Amino acid sequence: MLAAIHITNLYKQFWPSTVDGITTGAIYALVALGYTLVYGVLRLINFAHSEVFMLGTVGTLVGATVVGLGPNTATRTGLALVGTFLVCLVFAMAFSGGVAVVLERVAYRPLRKRGSSKLAALISAIGASLFLQELFGQDKLFAIGHWRFKMLGRDDHYIHNLINPTKIFTFFQGSIISVDKVVVVVAAVIMMIALDRFIATSRLGRGIRAVAQDPETATLMGVNIDRVVSLTFLLGGLMAGAAGMLYMVKIQQTSFDVGFILGIKAFTAAVLGGIGNLRGALVGGFALGLIEIYGAAVFGAQWLNVVAFVALVVVLMFRPTGILGEALMKARA
Amino acid sequence: MGHRSRRFSIVILVGALTLVVASCSSSKKTTTNTTTGSGTATNSKSCKSGLTLGFFGALTGSNSPQLGINEAQGEQLAIDQFNASHSACHIGYTPFDSQGDPAQAPALATNAVGEANVVGVIGPAFSGESKAADPIFNQAGLPTITVSATNTQLSQMGWTIFHRAVANDDAQGPADANFIANTLHAKSVAVIDDASAYGKGLADIVRANLKDAGVTVTSPGSIDLSHNYPATVNAVKAANVDVVFYGGYYTEAGPLALQLKNAGVTATFMSGDGSLAQGFVQGAGDAANGAYLSAPAVFALTATADKTFVSQYTAKWGGPPQLYSGEAYDATNQFLAAISAGNYTRPTINHYISTVPYKGLLKTYSYGATGELVGTPIIFFHKVVNDQITLFSQS
Repeated sequence: MLAAIHITNLYKQFWPSTVDGITTGAIYALVALGYTLVYGVLRLINFAHSEVFMLGTVGTLVGATVVGLGPNTATRTGLALVGTFLVCLVFAMAFSGGVAVVLERVAYRPLRKRGSSKLAALISAIGASLFLQELFGQDKLFAIGHWRFKMLGRDDHYIHNLINPTKIFTFFQGSIISVDKVVVVVAAVIMMIALDRFIATSRLGRGIRAVAQDPETATLMGVNIDRVVSLTFLLGGLMAGAAGMLYMVKIQQTSFDVGFILGIKAFTAAVLGGIGNLRGALVGGFALGLIEIYGAAVFGAQWLNVVAFVALVVVLMFRPTGILGEALMKARA
Repeated sequence: MGHRSRRFSIVILVGALTLVVASCSSSKKTTTNTTTGSGTATNSKSCKSGLTLGFFGALTGSNSPQLGINEAQGEQLAIDQFNASHSACHIGYTPFDSQGDPAQAPALATNAVGEANVVGVIGPAFSGESKAADPIFNQAGLPTITVSATNTQLSQMGWTIFHRAVANDDAQGPADANFIANTLHAKSVAVIDDASAYGKGLADIVRANLKDAGVTVTSPGSIDLSHNYPATVNAVKAANVDVVFYGGYYTEAGPLALQLKNAGVTATFMSGDGSLAQGFVQGAGDAANGAYLSAPAVFALTATADKTFVSQYTAKWGGPPQLYSGEAYDATNQFLAAISAGNYTRPTINHYISTVPYKGLLKTYSYGATGELVGTPIIFFHKVVNDQITLFSQS
């Protein structure tokens, strides 16, 4: 059966859809930054980035355990809530950033050093993605020395008491602005601005831009490429970690394969905005979040992903390098 | 050159596959022959011959093994109790762990029929593996009683060994619609599904029956497995419905119910047996409370009549019986009743099961010609109260 088109639904659900589209889009954008950073510097699609995001959700769970948040603990309030939030965020970013750096060392650098083709790195990325997913899908207890590690297994893991989704106010069409949505969007925007400033103004950021523009010349000018690449992966990982934490605030559950769909969406967002372009990832993330939810309102929820990808194809037909184009990083350098 | 070598390797691959398939089917044939031959060996009118009852279903793996474990534990309890009260006669228990995988089912079923002392099987637990394994059981005449495979088609295949101890999906859908219209008194309902064969099948039956009952039905579409459902939630909210029915499994039902509640939707949430698991309550958190879940069986047996069974089960397994444990216990006891009545071969046991009604713990099991229960099938409705899934009513 073809989709029934209900344009009127878009009017009826416009404001709630916009609020949710922006919230989802913020998470897409944060993850998309990782794809776009790595692509900008190495011309490589880091398909394992979806698992870097998954590690962020795992880090959130670990952080919550560290501050004593159990399944039956009441949600914290006031300063304790801020503390809990920050600890979880730090753990999430540390997990994701750490695994992204290790990933680059283990899966990409050896290939790069041997001058292998871009395709080899791409396959390595897919392999690393599957490896991490299956590793965290294990039910076994891992032991390193006296440390014991419990993986996620195949079950879902929940955390319902991180932040209460208390209603702040309601506006048009009963759209609810709640604490969790505000936290997600505000935290994401702060992260993006911080990253943008870091790349634009710091010495390390200048190194990243230099390598993105012309690796050979950058080396001749004394830029340490290995360090720049590591830093790029670290920054992408930190953003994915923050996204993992915010995902846990909003969706409240994770599993070993949580990165799969979200990773594809974030990659789409990066391409939509113009891959290799930081602000493009931002624009792409929010655009994708909004397009898919408006599309779902008109055609029905099962067409959400179809609408998202049709929009991508249409945009690429008219702007082959995405909404903002690929070259912004060069232009701004 | 490259093109040609690729074509060549495809030819080799196809050839190899054909060989594998051929060897599989031939080995299957021999095993089946052996069974028919040795099947008569157990025909020695003595209970001491070491008859055994099998279990067929997922006990490990990623494919919802909880259901299989519930059933296997019920079966083992029944066998243990039988052995304790019949010192002269020891009945064995043989598990066949299919991991819920239809691809593994035929080989495993062939193994089961090859073991001549297996005279009855509880299972297969799922519908998909039933379609693959039951033809082999049927060919060997090995009687089966499934307590959880609810696909409607299974009883229409002409398998004489097929018995289903619970109502099928054709009973659950209409009963759910009836419950929504007449017990919850809903005027307007949103029906959502997960686009799976089970979930969409059940949701479609509910949609049709609700419309027949004069209830306004909205279908905001199918959800995916992303666990992020704002589009569906907003559509439900805009439709302003009394009840939300979801056809699908608990892993998606949990976050869906949670996100509906967080968006301020106050409609009652309802789902079928795919969501009847503690995982739904864990996933939905507070939003699970007040939700209704239907199934052709009772989730937790707490009625007074079942107290002995519950305490015996808890004593043996360290936890109370769960979904389908009681049905598996009853079905096993029906097999044991057949053996007690002097039936020691597969054909005679199958005949006994098919013709003699058995009054079990939960209900009377009387099978018609197709292996379905005779009489109006019962659907049980559960309600989540204080994070516990409790029995609410039955159809």
